Amino acid sequence: MRRTLIENLWRGRLTEPAPRITPAEPADLAAALDRVARRRLGRSLAIRAFDAGSCNGCELELIALGNPFYDLERFGLKFVASPRHADVLMITGPMTRAMHAALRLTHEAMPAPKFVIAIGDCACTGGMFAASPACLGAASQVIPVDLHIPGCPPDPVAILQGLIGFASNLSGTLNRAPVPSV
Amino acid sequence: MTVAPPIWQQAAAALATGAAVFVALWAEPAGDAAVVHLATRPHGSGAISVLSLAAEDGHFPSIARHHPGAILMERALCDLHGLAADDTPDPRPWLDHRAAYDFKPALGPGIHQIPVGPVHAGIIEPGHFRFSVNGEAVVRLEVRLGYTHKATLGLMRGQTIEHAARLAGRISGDSTVAYAFAFARAAEQALGIAAPPRAAALRGVMAELERLANHFGDIGAICNDGGFPLMHALTAGLRERVLRLSAACFGHRLMMDIIIPGGVARDLSADNAALLRAGLPDLLAQWRRLFELYEKTASLQDRVTTTGRLDPAIARRLGCGGYVGRASGQDFDARRDAPYPPYDTARFVVPGRTGGDVDARLRIRMAELDQSAALIDNLLAALPHGALQTALPTPAGSTTGHALIEGFRGDIFAHVRLHDGVVVDAMLRDPSWFFWPALETAIAGNIVADFPLCNKSFNPSYSGCDL
Repeated sequence: MRRTLIENLWRGRLTEPAPRITPAEPADLAAALDRVARRRLGRSLAIRAFDAGSCNGCELELIALGNPFYDLERFGLKFVASPRHADVLMITGPMTRAMHAALRLTHEAMPAPKFVIAIGDCACTGGMFAASPACLGAASQVIPVDLHIPGCPPDPVAILQGLIGFASNLSGTLNRAPVPSV
Repeated sequence: MTVAPPIWQQAAAALATGAAVFVALWAEPAGDAAVVHLATRPHGSGAISVLSLAAEDGHFPSIARHHPGAILMERALCDLHGLAADDTPDPRPWLDHRAAYDFKPALGPGIHQIPVGPVHAGIIEPGHFRFSVNGEAVVRLEVRLGYTHKATLGLMRGQTIEHAARLAGRISGDSTVAYAFAFARAAEQALGIAAPPRAAALRGVMAELERLANHFGDIGAICNDGGFPLMHALTAGLRERVLRLSAACFGHRLMMDIIIPGGVARDLSADNAALLRAGLPDLLAQWRRLFELYEKTASLQDRVTTTGRLDPAIARRLGCGGYVGRASGQDFDARRDAPYPPYDTARFVVPGRTGGDVDARLRIRMAELDQSAALIDNLLAALPHGALQTALPTPAGSTTGHALIEGFRGDIFAHVRLHDGVVVDAMLRDPSWFFWPALETAIAGNIVADFPLCNKSFNPSYSGCDL
């Protein structure tokens, strides 16, 4: 193990600089996010991933956010196990009927202030499953959504840009470039 | 082949004695009634036969009664088509979640239940696990799925071949290449065409890239669940590099919608082929050092050896394919045993083990890494020139086709029936249908804390089964 660790030190860091965030990206953010929420959360967001029936493609890219190239946690963003610890409910999938009750319970379990982000075409519009009798379609059909990040699946950079922009907007620092870790 | 009930019963009996391998069971609406289809194959062969039986008055003789491995598919088709399987051992609904669900009991002093899901702690698909435990030991696990049910097969009916192919690529996102491959080959057989040689070779390259990416990611994730996050961090980096190579070569990290009926949607440039051939050896060299790390880390070995053992007899009975079957003595790989282009002319070794534990499943996948990288290199070295697509004809009347494609998990079965160029019936069967019951048996006697480790070593798809 020692050799592996030393080799990796020698090889250097895989982690890449933060993606560029333009103010236009998180366009559908609620500009009216209240001040209390901004002050409490700062730029840190705890995220509870919620699979509302995705094909698991979006999950693969959410998992990739944790790999050494993207290293999500350096931005103060992290996935948490319990909705009671979460600020953000991150929905993937075309909202199957079978997951509707679980969505309501999960959202209710989250403390305020809380936000909802729809990831991927299915959660944004219902995608290819919009007409399915087993699905309710876009997440916004059943719950107010604060941010949409489309794609099938969206690649990790697109998700990161959306999330960092969202967190910056919350703390009123949208135009300040996020500081990459040293 | 449309059969009468006695022949249907004979086929069920052949499954019960183990003379045939169960492949799939599904139903097709036919006017006011329905036709039930049963696909089987001989052991060690991809020669699939499909029997069809009209469900008189909404009833058909249960296959699950003779072959327990068919229970989940039979329950699913009964929910989807409002049919009843006569003498079924398990009449509970599967996809229909409207009524309360009775889990199977486990009785005895001190036994209690732990309900988990459908929302899990990590970034995972939704499903419900009901553990009956005695102290730390799992006495019984019952898996309940259907939470990601999107009626995908129903959405394909009445659609064009192209649209249905895109839906097939979204049955299980981690296997999008394999599903698109399987659907394309089934459709091509129904149309009486074949993809051009260059397209076939590129399909093989994409299928092996998908296998590499998933194996790298899952090997790390399994070690992570065994309390060894270092491996997870390093293999996640390798997976990311495979995905970036895939994106550079084929324009999409998961290579969605690149395989299409008739061929492939994109060419691979000579520069990108060179990029792949130069990049993969470096990844494999890094992996070999990690393999040493795996072998030399006693604390990790302690977690994976003897854990979650799947009895080879059960693997055979269920018809488990992929790394789950091959780790439990089942020597079957569709690429070799039901050969299709480009594998019909390729040389590769199919690894096999008999231990059946987490370690065996891991080692099968580790051995497959080298094979996949070599396959990609060989395919690219002899990449044929020529067309990328064969035009799709529109044959009059009804035609059917099926295919068996080795995805990273195991063999995916695809069946499609076309009528005047429109999809009227489709079935895509994920290997996970057999992994879930295998996992239920393998976890018994293990401690609850080892469940994530065992589950990840099987890595069954939820969406792949919730059709």
